[in-house]
Amino acid sequence: MADVPLSPTRSAAAKAGGASAWTRLQTNRNWLGLWFMLPAAGFLILFLAYPLGLGVWLSFTDSRIGRPGEFIGFENYAWLWGDDVFWLSVFNTLLYTTVASVLKFAIGLYLALLLNRHMRFKAIIRAVVLIPFIVPTVLSAVAFWWIFDTQFSIITWMLQGLGLIDHQINWLGDSTMARASVIFANIWRGVPFIAITLLAGLQTVPGSLYEAATIDGATRWQLFRFITYPLLTPIIAVVMTFSVLFTFTDFQLIWVLTRGGPFNATHLMATLSYQRAILGGNLGEGAAIATAMIPFLLAAIMFSWFGLQRRKWQSGGSDD
Amino acid sequence: MASVVVRDVRKSFGQSEVIHGVSIDIEDGEFVVLVGPSGCGKSTLLRMISGLESITSGELWIGERMVNMAPPKERDIAMVFQNYALYPHMTVFENMAFSMRLRKAPQEETDRRVTEAAAILGLTPLLARFPRQLSGGQRQRVAMGRAIVRDPQVFLFDEPLSNLDAKLRVQMRTEIKALHQRVGGTTIYVTHDQIEAMTMADKIVVMQGGHVEQIGAPLELYDNPRNVFVAGFIGSPAMNFLTGVAKRNGAGMTVVTDHGETVAAPETPGLEDGRPVVMGVRPEHLTLTGDAHGFAAQVVVTEPTGAEVQVSARHGQDEITAVFRERVALKPGETIRLSPDLAHAHLFDAATGLSLRA
Ligand SMILES: Nc1ncnc2c1ncn2[C@@H]1O[C@H](COP(=O)(O)OP(=O)(O)O)[C@@H](O)[C@H]1O
Ligand SMILES: [Mg+2]
Repeated sequence: MADVPLSPTRSAAAKAGGASAWTRLQTNRNWLGLWFMLPAAGFLILFLAYPLGLGVWLSFTDSRIGRPGEFIGFENYAWLWGDDVFWLSVFNTLLYTTVASVLKFAIGLYLALLLNRHMRFKAIIRAVVLIPFIVPTVLSAVAFWWIFDTQFSIITWMLQGLGLIDHQINWLGDSTMARASVIFANIWRGVPFIAITLLAGLQTVPGSLYEAATIDGATRWQLFRFITYPLLTPIIAVVMTFSVLFTFTDFQLIWVLTRGGPFNATHLMATLSYQRAILGGNLGEGAAIATAMIPFLLAAIMFSWFGLQRRKWQSGGSDD
Repeated sequence: MASVVVRDVRKSFGQSEVIHGVSIDIEDGEFVVLVGPSGCGKSTLLRMISGLESITSGELWIGERMVNMAPPKERDIAMVFQNYALYPHMTVFENMAFSMRLRKAPQEETDRRVTEAAAILGLTPLLARFPRQLSGGQRQRVAMGRAIVRDPQVFLFDEPLSNLDAKLRVQMRTEIKALHQRVGGTTIYVTHDQIEAMTMADKIVVMQGGHVEQIGAPLELYDNPRNVFVAGFIGSPAMNFLTGVAKRNGAGMTVVTDHGETVAAPETPGLEDGRPVVMGVRPEHLTLTGDAHGFAAQVVVTEPTGAEVQVSARHGQDEITAVFRERVALKPGETIRLSPDLAHAHLFDAATGLSLRA
């Protein structure tokens, strides 16, 4: 602003004499910008930074529910370091996140490619794909609880009906089965988000690129490999970051289905933290478990941040 | 290089037929322009030749082979799209090398061909850029480079210049023509711009409504249009049309215009009196005359361009454009008399639109 000597605002400010904060606020764009930012910043501090700070602080105390604790340094962490259940939950979380994310990506991409093709009842099929995403998590978790019930499981019933098995399957009672079951439920729930987002990405790829590549001699696989996939990478990076974050911090599904059992085989860091802090009353220890998730989440975000940086081919002129 | 033969080709989208039996013979190395108004089926025909669109019926031959069923990659063609369709995530080099890469051609050969094509098109300094970092004209060149690297049997162009500004369009027109002379190769070029067609083509195919109206060399179409449509479509400013009825007047042929004037017309044997006709005269074949020859017209505007003067006038319902090399000073509203050069005038049957020339 200052380099526009004849601007009316500036001469008005000059007339007002010394630049008081108020006149500056009224006349200077940067100050005004700051002013507009304040509410958003306030919200962020109040609802993000404060709870986060408080959580980290609690992890360095021996707080219990109803009793403010004292600073005890890294004692909670030292205790967790030697705690097998904690390490099991770390392993479970990594396993859960990795397997579920990889499968969600594969299935989501496959569905998106399928839905992007011309077919009958396209709109209806797209709507159907979205259903798992719309159903509240707890509701779908309860549904899965029934599906995986030892006695009433519809899967067991169907397999028996087909004559493939003659016994009950203890879906959620056996460690391996329980892990597979919760991962399956998570995939069922997470796929639509990925499929629909990738579909949106696919639809931004101009059809003439495929035509040009076809004439250049590309096979179907080469079209995907050299056109679709590279053009889709930015959106894949975004959607998979979100997916990994959500899966890593998943709580509802596990809590309704298994509560971490059997024998902690499905305990994730989030459920273990809740169990220790709220049910067990050890706020400090629970906070330490939750805080231990932060490095993992940061790593995921950093990873995608570098992946997300505008690729060279995206920068430059804005016209087509 | 190869010849292309299109024989009674038809195309239907669902129930509606949009190409109604088109036949074209294209010789090896020829530069053929498909021209016609928007929506007449030029792109559809070109896409059928490229293999992007299936052929409903008829035959398509490229060289010695009937390729109706062959996928695009087996037809050995290259296509330049209206929006260029450059791969945005590949550099200019990678764009041009893409077909070679798919073919798993040796690196040295790829490098050689791309470098060669880039040199021809003046793209050498831009090889490392991405499409977004190029101007419209440069993108256009990359799209052509991609085609040249392929060294195909047939080059296909679909309105490649219509996204460029007027000046660049004229420049690229010359460049494409020069390129064809240098690289050779059978070329099929689609445009809706008859000037592009006239200036670039060895042979023009005029299309309308899914039909071929006429095929011929540019000047052949200009001098001997087969019907009113071609006569009006080819040439700028467009040919003038006077509507009226034929009347033999003593020894000479005349047309009595709807406006009631008797105008001398080219001699047309066997034309009976009273037949509704359209007389076509190009703007440069009208001369100002003082006597009773010709017909009267009211001046609407005059547009001097320096080299010539273009006059728009009205004769009854018919709009008349005349171009004079001499610097005439005419005022709007003024009545002038215009006399057609009978050697270059055309008579068309008003009902069928067909030329009545023997
Ligand atoms: N995929 C399609 N489905 C249905 N109709 C089409 C399709 N492509 C083109 N057409 C129709 O075919 C006709 C010719 O189109 P086109 O070849 O693109 O014309 P041009 O290139 O001469 O402007 C138009 O009437 C258009 O609506
Ligand atoms: Mg077209």
